[in-house]
Amino acid sequence: MRSMLYLKDVVTLAYSPETCTGCGTCLQVCPREVLRRSNGKIEIALRDACIECGACQRNCPQGALTVKAGVGCASAIMNQMLGRKAACCGVDDNCLS
Amino acid sequence: MNYRVDAGLYALGEPDAESPVFVTANYKLTFDLFRRAVSSVDSLRAAPLGGNLPSEHGEREGEAPTALPVEGATRAPEIDGWILVLDTLGINVWCAAGKGTFGTDELVERIASSRLASIVSHRKLIVPQLGAPGIAAHDVKRRSGFQVVYGPVRAEDLPAFLTRSLKAEGRMRTKDFGFRERLALVPMEVVPALKVALPAAAGLFLLSFLAAGFSLSRALDSLLIPLIAIGTSILAGAVFTPLLLPWLPGRAFSVKGSILGLLSGLLVTSLLSVGHSVSSMGAVALLTLVSAMAAYLAMNFTGSSTVTSLSGVRKEMRIALPLQIGGTAAGLVLWVIALMGG
Repeated sequence: MRSMLYLKDVVTLAYSPETCTGCGTCLQVCPREVLRRSNGKIEIALRDACIECGACQRNCPQGALTVKAGVGCASAIMNQMLGRKAACCGVDDNCLS
Repeated sequence: MNYRVDAGLYALGEPDAESPVFVTANYKLTFDLFRRAVSSVDSLRAAPLGGNLPSEHGEREGEAPTALPVEGATRAPEIDGWILVLDTLGINVWCAAGKGTFGTDELVERIASSRLASIVSHRKLIVPQLGAPGIAAHDVKRRSGFQVVYGPVRAEDLPAFLTRSLKAEGRMRTKDFGFRERLALVPMEVVPALKVALPAAAGLFLLSFLAAGFSLSRALDSLLIPLIAIGTSILAGAVFTPLLLPWLPGRAFSVKGSILGLLSGLLVTSLLSVGHSVSSMGAVALLTLVSAMAAYLAMNFTGSSTVTSLSGVRKEMRIALPLQIGGTAAGLVLWVIALMGG
């Protein structure tokens, strides 16, 4: 099954091909097959699949990939808006996946 | 209950200086899942030894690593290796990586405190791919001399990863969100929903009881619409939206939830009208309530899913949350109008 896509054209993922050396670490860390190699160069193949986890940015030695990383969790955002502790994935939370 | 494993270096089977080093989090379920994945299938079926984790090990600087029995195992694990457990405050790899506790600093410090460099002769670490949001492989290399090799997303793929000389691609590199996984998450959606729904229902009952002049039967009669709306919303938004997620129309979870809510509302209204006389205003109230509340519950599933982004959820909430609140309020007003009309 093709992976499910969330909203169109919304993610903050950006790629600058000039600084990319094509090492390919980003291809290994992306859990959503957002990137691919084409003629030796990396390119964004499936932008809407990006979940902004930040793995590619963190592991790009050149800083060629940038993204505002975060967790797409409505209840965490609501807790934040209500001034409660914004933590998602705490031991007492529901988000253990 | 304590779900933490002490951080530090553990021995898996009978490792030597050449054995691979696996990095993981100190969440007990993660640790057990990992050990089960690298154990032979036979040992899983064998009778438990009853061996729990030794109470202390590894944490003290430079202490010799401890050999552990794999729970429920009577045979040695299939793979001999070292397990470097990072202190993630008892949180799983993915969530801890997002927070940075499963991170470069912790890994580099744990390599030093466990004296890993003097225990193994190679300089390679197998780190779970879902830890990558917290670990900068090139920084780890620079600061510790150890090369990070990203292992597969799922621990169950580790044996295959090792036999393929540390190569993973395609399915091993991607996080799916299958039916079983969504099914397992349904209780996590229903329980919090009920925690809000039950007090709300009790409050509405109290109001109806007072408004009905302390007549129990009239109070229950007037509560029919909101109670059915609450129950239907939970079924549509917290149970069936997660289960049917890939097949529901729309990309935003609220859209999926409200469509399913509306359809369920129509179904329930037509069933109701068989035995009951439901006013058209009452029916509109029910449909409005169910669409709004099911959309809200469906939107809450964004956090449990593995397909949403922060930017996306923010955008969805900006548009959907006011509609959900407004829709619920409008539904309640319509319900009161329907009551007065009846």
